[in-house]
Amino acid sequence: MIAAAATAPSDDRKPERSILKMSGVSKRFPGVLALEDVHLEVGQAEIHALLGENGAGKSTLLKILSGAHSADSGTIELFGEPVAFATPHDAQRAGVVTIYQEFTLAPDMSIAENVFIGREPGSKLFVSWRKLAAETRAITDRIGLRRDPMTLVRDLSVAEQQLVEIARALSMRSRLIVMDEPTSALSEAEVANLASIIRTLKSEGLSVIFVTHRLEEVFRLCERFTVLRDGRFVGSGRVAETNVDAIIRMMVGRDVGALYGIRPIPEHGGVALEVKGLTRRRTARDPHAIELIDVSLRAHKGEILGLAGLVGAGRTETARAIFGADRFDAGSIAIEGEPVSFLGPSDAMACGIGLVPEDRKKQALFLRLAIRTNLTIAAHDQISRLGIFIDERKEGRLVDEYKRLLSIRMASPDQAVGNLSGGNQQKVVLARWLALRPKILIVDEPTRGIDIGSKVEVHNLLIEMAKSGIAVIVISSELPEILAVCDRIVTMREGRVTGEIARTAATQEILMSMMTAHEGAADRPASTH
Amino acid sequence: MTIAKTNAKLGEAGEARGVDVFGFVARFAPTIFLLVLMAMFAIIEPRFLSSINLFNVMRQVSITGLLAIGMTFVILTAGIDLSIGSLVALCGLVAAAVAKGGLQDRFTVGEGGLGYGWGLAALAAIAVGLACGYLQGLAITRLKVPPFVVTLGGMSAFRGAALLSAAGGPISGFEPSFTWWGQGKIAQQVPVPVIIFLSAAILAHVVLRYTRYGRQVYAVGGNPEAARLSGLNVNRVIASVYVIMGFFAGLGSFVLAARLNSAEAVAGTGYELTVIASVVIGGTSLFGGAGTIFGTVIGSILIGVLLNGLVLMNVSSYIQQIVIGVIIVLAVAFDTFAKSRRRRI
Repeated sequence: MIAAAATAPSDDRKPERSILKMSGVSKRFPGVLALEDVHLEVGQAEIHALLGENGAGKSTLLKILSGAHSADSGTIELFGEPVAFATPHDAQRAGVVTIYQEFTLAPDMSIAENVFIGREPGSKLFVSWRKLAAETRAITDRIGLRRDPMTLVRDLSVAEQQLVEIARALSMRSRLIVMDEPTSALSEAEVANLASIIRTLKSEGLSVIFVTHRLEEVFRLCERFTVLRDGRFVGSGRVAETNVDAIIRMMVGRDVGALYGIRPIPEHGGVALEVKGLTRRRTARDPHAIELIDVSLRAHKGEILGLAGLVGAGRTETARAIFGADRFDAGSIAIEGEPVSFLGPSDAMACGIGLVPEDRKKQALFLRLAIRTNLTIAAHDQISRLGIFIDERKEGRLVDEYKRLLSIRMASPDQAVGNLSGGNQQKVVLARWLALRPKILIVDEPTRGIDIGSKVEVHNLLIEMAKSGIAVIVISSELPEILAVCDRIVTMREGRVTGEIARTAATQEILMSMMTAHEGAADRPASTH
Repeated sequence: MTIAKTNAKLGEAGEARGVDVFGFVARFAPTIFLLVLMAMFAIIEPRFLSSINLFNVMRQVSITGLLAIGMTFVILTAGIDLSIGSLVALCGLVAAAVAKGGLQDRFTVGEGGLGYGWGLAALAAIAVGLACGYLQGLAITRLKVPPFVVTLGGMSAFRGAALLSAAGGPISGFEPSFTWWGQGKIAQQVPVPVIIFLSAAILAHVVLRYTRYGRQVYAVGGNPEAARLSGLNVNRVIASVYVIMGFFAGLGSFVLAARLNSAEAVAGTGYELTVIASVVIGGTSLFGGAGTIFGTVIGSILIGVLLNGLVLMNVSSYIQQIVIGVIIVLAVAFDTFAKSRRRRI
C-alpha cells in the first residue's frame, strides 16, 4: 500500500501493467482463519494460475474478489482504483466475472436467454428475440460454440455449457474472467478447445484467473502463477521460470518425490468379471442417453483395469450397467465364471460388486448426515442387532477401523460428512465399499477435484486394494492417472470398445489415438447427436 | 507428511470448535422459543401455568401431535401428505361404524347392528389408514406422481368417501370404554391422549434414531440417488413412510372420535396445516434428510401453547390463524438462513 503509485516494473516477478492488485487480504470464518495477508496481482492480457491444495484458500480469495464474501482486511485495486464489491453484481459491473465449478445456468432456458439473463435486449417490457439471438450468436461465434442460440441448455454437453458461461461473461463486457477449476469435468480434447478459447480472449486484451489441479495445464496455458497454502501467500512468479517440482513443493511445502513412480505390473489371478456384448439403446424417454454397443471386457483378481475415453465415450454408462444401476438391452455379465443378472444395485452388491460413482456429492454422499452414517449405510448387515437395530458399538469399531486404514482425517465420526475436504470425503466413500469386502470395485473418477496430497493417497489405496485380490476398475479422464495406477487399459469411444493395451506399452499419445480412433483426433468431440 | 498434518490440524481446529454459538441456538431454537413464549404468557396471564391448563394444552396438542409424528417420517423423505385431515375423518367414521354397529341405516356391522368394542373399532380405523397410506405410497413410487399431487388428490377423495358414508350426519354416543381413550385420565390428572402421544413419540424416536430403517429414511431423504447406489430400496422406503402416516391417521382418528364422543365427515378439516407447521417449526427440513421427533414434539407443543395463550388473552380465532401462518413462514425462513450460513462456513 505504501508505494501503490510506484511505477517500477523492475521486479520481473510483477506483471507489466497490472489490472488487479489484491494486497494483505485476510478473512476469518467462525473458528477458522481462511486467509491471512494474501496477495494477488494480475496483469493486462495475462492468464494467471491460482494454485494450491484444497483448503488452501483459493475459493475464499476468489469469492472475495467476486463480491460473494467481504474481506476482513486488505485492499483490492482494479485498474488502479480501490474497490470493494458488496455483491457479485457490483463485481460484474466493474468487469470481473467469476465462473464457478457448479454452473449457474437455467437448464430449461435457451443459450441466448442464459447469456443475457436479466439484460435481455429490447424495450423495457418486451424482449426482442431477434436481437437476442443475433447478439448471442455474435458472441458464441467468437468462442467457437456452434449451436443455435435457441437450443436449451439442458441439451448441451458439460463443455458446451461452460462455453455458455464464458459467453455470458463476455456479454457483460468483462475485463477479468475468473475460472474456478474449469477443466475438472472436461475431457482432454475439450480442455484443448477451452485453452484455445482462453488464448483468444487474451489476444483480445482480457485477463483470466485460472484455478486448476492439473499442473500440466498451467505450463501449457498460463504466464504467471500465484500459490497459496493454508490460507497464506506462498509465492508468485513467471511460469516460464519454474518447473512442476518447484510448484508442487510450494503447494504442499515438501517434496512429493516422483508423483507417479514406476510400478511393475503384478501377477494377477483368475477372471473376476467378464462382460460380453453389453448393449444399451436410446429410448424415446431418454433420447440423449449415451448408447453402448457390444461392450466386452474382462477384469482379473488383483488387477487394476483402466477404462479410458473422452467424455461421452460410455465409460460411466458401462460401469452403471454392470452395477445394475441402469438397465441394458443385450449382453451378459459373469462373475468368477458364473452368469449373473441384476435387478438393481443391491443385487450387484450381493454378488460382490461395488461402485464409487463419478460425482461424490450428488451420487455418493449424504452431505448433512454424519460420517458414521455415510460410511456404514451399505453395511447395515454387519452392524445390526436382531436385523433391526443399529449396534452403535459395532458401528463405532467399523468406522474406527477404516478411519485408521485409510487415514481419514476427521474431528469426530458424528461430524457431518459435508464438512470434510474432498479427499477425505472420497475416502469415506471408498471405506463404505471396502467394508463390504467386494470382489470387484469400480471407481469412477477417483480423484476428481481433490488435492495432490490426497490424490497420491487414493492412488496408493487403489493399488493396495488390488494387492489384496480385489479386481479394481478405474475410470478416469486424466491420462496421467490412468497410466499411474492401471495395469491394463481398455479404451472406449462413442459407446464402443476401441482397444486394449498393457500399461507398460502405453503412453498418453497412444491412448489418445486409441480413444479417438477411426475419424482421427477431432479437436472437438461431437456431442450426442 | 508435515503439510498433511497441518492441514488436518487446521481442519480439526475449525470443525472441533463445535461450540459455535449460532449452531447451538439454531439447534435449540424451537425449545428456546417455546420457553420464552411460556414465560411471556405466564407473566401476562398467571392462569396459564396452572396444571389444569397445562394438561389441557397437552391434551389439545396430542391428536395433531400424533399426526405430526407420522408427518415427520414423510417430510424426512422430502415428501408431504396433504390428505391427513380427510383421512382422519374417514377413519373416524370407520371406527364409529364398527363401534356402533352401522352407519345411519346405510349398512350395519355386527350381529343385529349391535357393533363391536373399542378394540375392533380402533383396529378397523388403523387398517383403513394403513390401506389408504399404502395406496398413496404406491401412486407416488410406481406412477411417479409427486407426493404433493397424490396427496392433494387423496385429500379430496378421502373427504368425499367420508361424506358419502356418513350421509351428512355425525355419529355420536359411544360406550364409556371407547370414550375413555379420549377423555379418560390416569392418576386423576394425566389425560390418556397425552400418554398415547408421548409413547408414540418415544417409539418413533427409537425407530428413527436406533434402527436400520430409521437410517434409511434419513438417507433416502438426504440423497435418493446416493441411497439407490448404496443398495437401498428407495421406492420401498418412500412408500413405507406414507403407510406410517396412514397408521397415525387411523390412531389419531380413533382418539379424536373418543374425545369428542362423535365422528363426522367434516372432522379434521385443516389439520394438514397445523400438522405440517408443527413438523417444520420443530426443525425438520422440507428438503428432506434432516429433523428429529424431539423437534416435532416441541413444535406441536409450541403451536398448542401459542393457541392456548391467545385464547386466554381473548384474541380472536381469526387472528390466531394469521399468527400460525406467519410463524410457518418464519420457521422455514430460519431453516433456509441457517442452511446458507452453514454453507458459508
